[in-house]
Amino acid sequence: MRNPLADKIVEIKPSGIRKFFDIVTEMKDAISLGVGEPDFDTPWHIRDEGIYSLEKGRTFYTSNSGLKELKEEICHYTKRKQGVTYDPNHEVLVTVGGSEAIDVGLRAMINPGEEVLIPQPSYVSYEPCAVLAGGVPVIIELKGENEFRLTAQELEDAITDKTKVLILPFPNNPTGAIMERKDLEAIAEVIRRHDIFVISDEIYAELTYKEKHVSIVEIEGMQERTILINGFSKAFAMTGWRLGYACGPREIVEQMTKIHQYAIMCAPTTSQYAAVEALRNGDDDVKEMRMAYNQRRRYLMNAFQEMGLECFEPFGAFYVFPCIKEFGMTSDEFAGRFLAEEKVAVVPGTAFGDCGEGYLRISYAYSLDSLKVAIGKLAAFVERLRAEK
Amino acid sequence: MREELLAIVERNSRIDLKELAVILGVEEIDVVNELAALEAEGIICGYHTMIDWEKTSIEKVSALIEVRVTPQRGQGFDKIAERIYKYPEVNSVYLISGGYDLLVTLEGKSLKQISGFVSDKLSTLESVLSTATHFILKKYKDHGTVLTKKYEDTREKVTP
Repeated sequence: MRNPLADKIVEIKPSGIRKFFDIVTEMKDAISLGVGEPDFDTPWHIRDEGIYSLEKGRTFYTSNSGLKELKEEICHYTKRKQGVTYDPNHEVLVTVGGSEAIDVGLRAMINPGEEVLIPQPSYVSYEPCAVLAGGVPVIIELKGENEFRLTAQELEDAITDKTKVLILPFPNNPTGAIMERKDLEAIAEVIRRHDIFVISDEIYAELTYKEKHVSIVEIEGMQERTILINGFSKAFAMTGWRLGYACGPREIVEQMTKIHQYAIMCAPTTSQYAAVEALRNGDDDVKEMRMAYNQRRRYLMNAFQEMGLECFEPFGAFYVFPCIKEFGMTSDEFAGRFLAEEKVAVVPGTAFGDCGEGYLRISYAYSLDSLKVAIGKLAAFVERLRAEK
Repeated sequence: MREELLAIVERNSRIDLKELAVILGVEEIDVVNELAALEAEGIICGYHTMIDWEKTSIEKVSALIEVRVTPQRGQGFDKIAERIYKYPEVNSVYLISGGYDLLVTLEGKSLKQISGFVSDKLSTLESVLSTATHFILKKYKDHGTVLTKKYEDTREKVTP
């Protein structure tokens, strides 16, 4: 029989996180700090709206690009939060999670051989999506000493005459790093000068703990060359609803819609109705969740300080990214031993790119009480490792 | 800090001061001072514990009583409310808009004790026009806490 598979797919590595997942799932009593989704339930009024839409029999396709009502709310929301204006009829696409928007965005913009700049450590799907789109991923290794922000120099050094798109993943999973206005202004100058485009994955935009999140589209001359991606998973604790969106220049969004139309048809209708409610009446829920995350973040930073574990203070998402280089182990070894000896799962930084070596991703999408138990175990483990040395 | 501090202690008044300071991102002394101020201003009125008595072997009966009263000249509803809330078995007294005036919540050892209170003490007060007593059969949620179910983390253990 002939080989049924496409070489391009076979060559893509399975996600590093998957391997770890299998080990953790087998350990029944393991405590996990490895989850990349909120611990909160979707606020009830949002769920209720989903239920209501089902009861009313709104069980049909929506238009390809999404419910008109929802696209309008997305534009209001983006105006309210970022102060930028999009046309709901031509510049918004409702997608199946932010993930689909990343995939479709890359496919709409990349010609074979064109380069996609991907700062790492970052979410696991950018690199394979770039490959699937026929592009060549070029990794920019972010550095701990810059608090894992992307600097203008790093960007400049990575650009070649084949560079087409920069993926901008901030607030960042797994590091929790953010880009502030001054950081964005610095890279925007490079982006404009080299005439490249941006896919800005701002799925954690609502979860920042310093000042309000600044989007790259707020910087002069950037909206016209940026696909802004956001969604409902993190802000409104709606991961399982699979709903995200992309806003961008009409000529790009139209092409993205074409792919979406043939591959997906439309995002889930129930989720879209629920999302309208989230954007209309969800601000207080977001505020409350943000406050809870921030308390946990402060708790963790203090705990790391007390155990003498090096960690820059992250101001976004719900992850901290402590450094474990002092123990002379790889991230994989550390996470493996920690799981075996203390039954606590954390994700090795290398699951998010080679430059995550020497770091761990710890999620604080857990109640303070759960965090306390797990951090107590981490302190004991760290103590033991130091004694071994 | 005040709003956030109140939100935390309303849910967990046993949280220790050092931890409060850490999660609020302030100094411990500031937490101590703020709590003292909140107590002095009568904003924090107590540090109670929520107990689901149904899970114990101790018998307790709770009731909500709607009370219609004649307000008194010069004192409105305050005087009669005071006469009612002074009974120790009364848990709370609220002035209510709508079909009746005062909502009284009550806790007693038995149905008999509560009905005795209503017939002997409450309805005999001069300005009380009528009462309607509702016994609580089951508490599903109280003070924002669901009593019937425990939180269970059903997420996958590791996700990107």
